[in-house]
Amino acid sequence: MDLNKLENDINQKRKSKNLWLALSLGSFIVVVFFVTIAKLSDGNSIEGFDHILRPSLIKE
Amino acid sequence: MIRSTNNIYLSLNEPSALDYIELLKLKVMRLAIFTAGVAMIISSNNLNPFIALGSIICIALGAGGSGALNMWWDSDIDLLMKRTSKRPIPDGKITSDQALSFGVFLSIFSVIFLALFANFLSALLLAFTISFYIFIYTMFLKRTTPYNIVIGGAAGAFPPLIGWAVSTNTIAIESFLLFLLIFLWTPPHFWSLCLITKKDYSITKVPMLTETHGVKATKLQIFIYAIILAISSIIISFTNIGGYFYFISSLILNSIFIFYAYVLLINPYNPNNENFPKEKKLFLYSIFYLFMLFLLLLIEHFTKLLFPSYLIMVKDLIWI
Repeated sequence: MDLNKLENDINQKRKSKNLWLALSLGSFIVVVFFVTIAKLSDGNSIEGFDHILRPSLIKE
Repeated sequence: MIRSTNNIYLSLNEPSALDYIELLKLKVMRLAIFTAGVAMIISSNNLNPFIALGSIICIALGAGGSGALNMWWDSDIDLLMKRTSKRPIPDGKITSDQALSFGVFLSIFSVIFLALFANFLSALLLAFTISFYIFIYTMFLKRTTPYNIVIGGAAGAFPPLIGWAVSTNTIAIESFLLFLLIFLWTPPHFWSLCLITKKDYSITKVPMLTETHGVKATKLQIFIYAIILAISSIIISFTNIGGYFYFISSLILNSIFIFYAYVLLINPYNPNNENFPKEKKLFLYSIFYLFMLFLLLLIEHFTKLLFPSYLIMVKDLIWI
C-alpha cells in the first residue's frame, strides 16, 4: 500500500470536510444574525439608544 | 446487530464531507423541507422570511439527523440489500459510531435551534418526530410487524404539522389534514417500492407485507389505501387552504392514482421481471402526486392573495 498516496487522500478529505464545516458554520452565523434582527425588531425598526431619551417614548 | 465487515479498513480510511451528507438521506429530507415549507407559507401571511429560512434549516437538519440514526441502526440489514449496500456504513466509508454521533448531534441541535428560531411547540413536534422515527419505527416496528410502514409513516407526515406550528404556534384542522394526507400516502408509496425490491427484502427477514402476506394482499392494500387517500386529499378542498382549483386538480390526480392502483391489482405479478413497469409507474406517480398536491395548495394560497374576488368565491366551498 502506498502510504504517501493514502496520506494525501486523507489530507484531501480532511480539507474538504473542513471547508464544508466552515461554510456551514459561516452560513449558520449569518442566519442566526438575521433571525436575531427579525426577532428583536418584530416588524419595527430597532432603536439603538444608550442613556439618551428615545423618540418613541415622547408623547406626540 | 451484525457489524460491517468493512470496519477493519476504517482505521486507514477517512470519511469525506460527501460521505456524511449521504448519511442524511437527502431524498427524504427533500420531502420534509418541501411539505413543511408549503405548510409554513399557506398558514400565514406574516412569517418573517429569515425566521422561515432558519426554521426550514432546523427541520432539514432534524430530518437528516433521523436519517443518519436510521442508517446507524439498520446498517446490518443495509449490508444485505442491493438497494442499500452502498450506503456509507455498509460500504465502510463511515463507522457506526461516527454515524451515531453525527445523527445525535444533528437531532439535538435542530430541536434546540427550532425552539429559538420559531417556538416551543414546533420544537416539541420536531423532537417527537425524530423520537418516533427512531425509537418507534426504526428500532421497534420495522423488524416486528408487516404494518411497520402504516404506523411508522407518521414520522414522514409530521413536517407539515411542524411547518404550520412554526408560523402559527398552533395545530389546526388544516395542518392535521395535511398530516393525514402524507400518513395515508406513505403505505401505497412504500409498498409499490417493496413490490419492485421484493427479492432484497426476502433476504433480510424484515417483515414487509410482500413477504408476510404475499403480493396479492399487498396490491389489494395499495388499492384500498388509494381510495382512502383520495377521500382525505379531496376533503382539504373544503378547508381554508383549499379551493376550486385544488378540488378539480385533486379529483384528476386521485383518479389517476386509483387507476394505476387498480391496474396493478388486476395484472399478475411476475417476480422474474427485471423492470416491473406497472409497479414503477405507480411508485414514480405517487411521488409526482404528492408534489403536485402541495404545489396546488401553494397556488391556491397565492391566487387568493393576488385575486381577492377568488377568495370571496372560495368562501362558498369552505365547510370545515
